[in-house]
Amino acid sequence: MDINKKAYAKYADSRAKKSPIVKDCVKAFLFGGAICTIAQVLKDWYGTFLSDKDSGTLVGVTLIFITALLTGIGVFDRIAKHAGAGTLVPITGFANAVSSCAVDTKGEGFILGVGAKIFTIAGPVILYGISAGVVYGVIYYILKALGVL
Amino acid sequence: MKNIITLPRPAYIISSATVAGEEEFSGPLGESFDFHSVDEDTFGCDTWEKSESEMQRRALTMALSKAGLGNDRIDCIFAGDLINQCSASNYGLLSFDLPFLGIYGACSTAAEGLLLASSVCSSGLCGYAAAVTSSHNASAERQFRFPLEYGAQRCPTCQWTVTGSGAFIVSAEKADSCPAVTDILIGRAVDAGISDANNMGAAMAPAAADTLIRYFEDGGEKPDMVLTGDLGYEGSSILCDIMREKGHDISGIHADCGLMIFDREGQDKHAGGSGCGCSAVVLGSVIQSNLRAKALKDVVFVGTGALMSPMSIQQGQNIPGIGHLVRIKAEV
Repeated sequence: MDINKKAYAKYADSRAKKSPIVKDCVKAFLFGGAICTIAQVLKDWYGTFLSDKDSGTLVGVTLIFITALLTGIGVFDRIAKHAGAGTLVPITGFANAVSSCAVDTKGEGFILGVGAKIFTIAGPVILYGISAGVVYGVIYYILKALGVL
Repeated sequence: MKNIITLPRPAYIISSATVAGEEEFSGPLGESFDFHSVDEDTFGCDTWEKSESEMQRRALTMALSKAGLGNDRIDCIFAGDLINQCSASNYGLLSFDLPFLGIYGACSTAAEGLLLASSVCSSGLCGYAAAVTSSHNASAERQFRFPLEYGAQRCPTCQWTVTGSGAFIVSAEKADSCPAVTDILIGRAVDAGISDANNMGAAMAPAAADTLIRYFEDGGEKPDMVLTGDLGYEGSSILCDIMREKGHDISGIHADCGLMIFDREGQDKHAGGSGCGCSAVVLGSVIQSNLRAKALKDVVFVGTGALMSPMSIQQGQNIPGIGHLVRIKAEV
């Protein structure tokens, strides 16, 4: 069939219904904000019996645990469907990316299934996150040695 | 190049059977399916891939029993699905111990299978042939998109892979009130320049249009209904636009299985249903019963497929579409 691919792709793209950005942003703000507020409340409470650093770590652990639990019982994706970036950006997004892969691949066994595929989605974040951390660390080290910082 | 291929004699669809998931059962056509899941679409299996195989096994078992045929009467099964190496079909139909040809036409597999089964029966090569296909939302999501429990948002042009399986038994022997395949037209793969895997309707619509234009320009009669497989909301309106532009207005007679199977708004299915199972369960249930009741007399069914893989998408290749045409008449 004779078809101008560029023109057709442009036509298909222009007529395709777009995601409701404003609504999505408001929902993401509310869900994300709520998660952060819960995290702050937890941190303040943990702070009553732990050091500042330890309470911060424990907040992360708590959110990861809750996310993994909600993912395992099949609830997280139903919330994330509405929350979007609100659940994706906080640590909950990362925890869900890892735990959902674990749940999904258990049928293929613990080595080639869960073991090999658990970081399918989170892998790029880990790889480039750690790499960026190393680069940043080297720059920081050099600037500190030169006395700039 | 041949366009319309008129079969030497009609091939009768002597029975069809459908198996559907829970979401499909709660859709507008739910009551017309022969069997539906009551255990969250697992069909009693421990992995989604096995569940899909089980759907095919049940669909063919029911189709055979409806036709009143023993297993040994089928000369060839044409079956396919979306899972790697067509494994849902391979495993699901293993227990029948019958001559088996695996086929792949992505979501056009129902049409491709029916087209092949009709051809071998019409030509007298086979007495009875079966066409079986399936898709399962969970196994397809796993293979083509994300893990099931991953919290991703879907865009408005996304389609929902149908959990369903359809089986058709075809024979050249005339049977009372059975609809018959009279003509076929083998689709061409069309690359229309779409690379967005979230807009399959737009990728497949030009292929469906290509097939229909070839049909009409080769002297094909205007049917009661032009039924496309799974163009969804987006693809259906693009198809009607292209056809109007080419001088073959089908907007009044066009229906799409992907739009029929779900209540798009109420069930939150975005652009509609998709998958091999989508057209198979709609064609095998409500369309068959309407043809048998003569409420529909002449249906041109175009099974639509998007011929890509997750790897071709990642490598930035476009998504070619294909549309195979099967003309089914209520009375011959």
